[in-house]
Amino acid sequence: MGYKAKFRVYRGDGEQGGLENYEVDVNEGEVVLDIIHRLQATQTPDLAVRWNCKAGKCGSCSAEVNGKPRLLCMTRMSTFEENETITVTPMRTFPVIRDLVTNVSFNYTKARQIPAFAPPADIKAGDYRMQQLDVERSQEFRKCIECFLCQNTCHVVRDHEENKEAFSGPRFFIRAAELDMHPLDARTDRKSFAQAEQGLGMCNITKCCTDVCPEHIKITDNAIIPMKERVVDTKYDPVVFIGKILRRKPRETGKI
Amino acid sequence: MTQIERHSFDVVVMGAGGAGLRAAIEARMMGKSVAIITKSLLGKAHTVMAEGGAAAAMGNVNSNDNWQVHFRDTMRGGKFLNNYRMAELHAKESPDRIWELETYGALFDRTKDGKISQRNFGGHEYPRLAHVGDRTGLELIRTMQQKIISLQQDDEREFGDGEKFIKVFAECSIQEIFTKDGAVTGCMGYFRETGDFIAFDTAAIVLATGGIGKAYRVTSNSWEYTGDGHALAMRAGGSLVNMEFLQFHPTGMVWPPSVKGILVTESVRGDGGVLKNSEGKRFMFDYVPDVFRKQYAETEEEADRWYTDADNNRRPPELLPRDEVARAINSEVKAGRGTPNGGVYLDIASRLPAEQILKRLPSMYHQFKELADVDITKEPMEVGPTCHYVMGGVETIPDTCASPYVQGLFAAGEVGGGMHGSNRLGGNSLSDLLVFGRRAGLGAAEYLDSRGGAAVAIDEADLQAAIDAALAPLNATDGETPYTIHHDLQAVMGDLVGIIRNADEVKDAIVKLDALKARAKNVSVAGDRVFNPGWHLALDLTNLLLISESVAKAALIREESRGGHTRDDFPTMDPKWRQVNLICKSDGTAVEVTQQPVPTIPTELLSLFDRAELKKYMTEEELTALPEEKN
Repeated sequence: MGYKAKFRVYRGDGEQGGLENYEVDVNEGEVVLDIIHRLQATQTPDLAVRWNCKAGKCGSCSAEVNGKPRLLCMTRMSTFEENETITVTPMRTFPVIRDLVTNVSFNYTKARQIPAFAPPADIKAGDYRMQQLDVERSQEFRKCIECFLCQNTCHVVRDHEENKEAFSGPRFFIRAAELDMHPLDARTDRKSFAQAEQGLGMCNITKCCTDVCPEHIKITDNAIIPMKERVVDTKYDPVVFIGKILRRKPRETGKI
Repeated sequence: MTQIERHSFDVVVMGAGGAGLRAAIEARMMGKSVAIITKSLLGKAHTVMAEGGAAAAMGNVNSNDNWQVHFRDTMRGGKFLNNYRMAELHAKESPDRIWELETYGALFDRTKDGKISQRNFGGHEYPRLAHVGDRTGLELIRTMQQKIISLQQDDEREFGDGEKFIKVFAECSIQEIFTKDGAVTGCMGYFRETGDFIAFDTAAIVLATGGIGKAYRVTSNSWEYTGDGHALAMRAGGSLVNMEFLQFHPTGMVWPPSVKGILVTESVRGDGGVLKNSEGKRFMFDYVPDVFRKQYAETEEEADRWYTDADNNRRPPELLPRDEVARAINSEVKAGRGTPNGGVYLDIASRLPAEQILKRLPSMYHQFKELADVDITKEPMEVGPTCHYVMGGVETIPDTCASPYVQGLFAAGEVGGGMHGSNRLGGNSLSDLLVFGRRAGLGAAEYLDSRGGAAVAIDEADLQAAIDAALAPLNATDGETPYTIHHDLQAVMGDLVGIIRNADEVKDAIVKLDALKARAKNVSVAGDRVFNPGWHLALDLTNLLLISESVAKAALIREESRGGHTRDDFPTMDPKWRQVNLICKSDGTAVEVTQQPVPTIPTELLSLFDRAELKKYMTEEELTALPEEKN
């Protein structure tokens, strides 16, 4: 059942490069990453691609297949017609290092800017008690494999280099939401921090991030929208408002 | 002398999986500056692939559990070849290491009373694995990655420099460790991205580089698992212990071919999944070995009752240790009772309601749906053995994880040896890397304190020689491509030093490995140094070849079958061989194997077992210190 597929793959660095055409064997059950590896082994030994687990768990092999942000290891060849030309390009939002490999350090920089989990001062290790129902909301966001496809597809930064400074992107909105919803996180300013320091307000909830998430995390509905609704909550919900006054914790500045 | 980027750190941690990150955290907490070096991006290490959980006798689900029971299970799983002190430390310290992760922000699944939930797993007497669905490894990695950020934020606040004490060097591959007078002076490597070289002057190196699975074609391991730490340790004068023991995980995917070997978590069986052959028979009942007869159910009815009433029923044989299950599957397939794609069936669909499967095994559902177009809530999976874990590894002193031969060299996690004996229990790897990752970081810090602050520096001639060696494949022309040599190496190891071995085949492998070594000397790669995968593979091949030679030579010497080493010409376990560790050393060109006695298990630990059970593993002389059996 093998056949020869037509591939167009970006070759080059950040300065110059272009699409090159290849014909390459395809066998039953293969994914796009297999084909890229076959190219490496048989035609282009220096074709650069980032990958690790080849099982959709590490989020290393992110790229764009026919313009769509995808994990190469989870894109099956059977989803394409045999006569179709398959175009593989690097993620567009990040600078190209070489071929399909991009510089994703933007994401690691943003990660360092979010205040870490603040353990409750009065609970010793071993004494943490949480209900499954209460941890599940955060657990959804902790499924994130950091493939950065959501960051790549987000139009706030996709073609707007100038927004990168102020905008931490969907991956880090779910990080903020995860900490906000953590039953024992001692900080109370996660939402205001997301608004003030992470550029949450620049998101206009077009759900592109949710669409590309290989873990099917409902980034927009379950993280971004609840984080945005905060101001409404505290102002207009009398129960929440009174509760906050009764259990008031010291405010933090939102800076780290 | 080539000008290269040069750094000086108190401790260099090689590898950013669970063990490396935990070591870095500990060394930093002890006030040391730490470089974390990873071949991948941070957070992508192989630990993310660990699915089932981390074993720790917290007793949250069954209060009968305690460290002694965990210790017993670990020793049984390893067929008593484990380093007893490591198994003891591991069993005692795992609960604290898990609880500590909660203070870093980890969110494990919970019991009804709000504690960390624990699941059943092969070889563990009680539900013991702390878990998050079937993505526990990801939770560990992310939690420690975030703890490191937290420490860097502290340093930013206090010193105005977040990287003053912990700096991560991503996509960086270490090529050589340097020593002087038997003590570490530094290491060198290159950035994968640019091909630029980098050197670290340091007195303490923690190896946390994981395993060697890429010596095999069918493996659950990623490209990173090329035995770098194992090979570097040997080249620096260190030793490896019991490299013949490889764990073939019983359940890897067998179809489609391109994903053959990818792991199917043991949790499928822990949560009720059963193995069936092509005749629909639940065959594991036919494969319970004598040493485990007492602990495992003999009928399907009893086995099924165990899931709801573990106190009054014995365990299903699907939950035997991994070596037993892998061999059983191998035998069924060889006997012609396999599936069309050469595996057996793993059935969870008929055992649990669909919504339970989606809840407990979400990433397995996802993996089969996306990669094989199989809906595991409706159909059985096809599975077969896959090279998963190396029990053998760098020989260390248990309490400090220090090499007995090279001062300043430490090892933790899969690259370390001894803890798991001849076979590792599922779930003991994530706890291992926490317990010994911490101890390695601590060991490195204490070593630095003991030697005072004397500066170390790499010998310049050594550094230049290492650079020249690394550039050789790029400078060579008309040589062979590394891809074909790697392919041939995997064939030799898979065919001749695989799950079932014999003397003739292993001897043949040793001859063939020699020929491959010769070919690897003449390797050449096209292109330049910028993110050049051909060059990276050429350099990794050197390590893989040295490690493969260690596995093959040790496998030839050990004339018995035990755990992850099965010889069909010596099919039984031999108590005499239980007293022997095989130690590999190398000058960098060839591997020498010597025999060394296994440390004697102290009486207070031995007396945790019935004498009758110990008699299955040990000689009568070894048991004289124990009281006679009471009848």
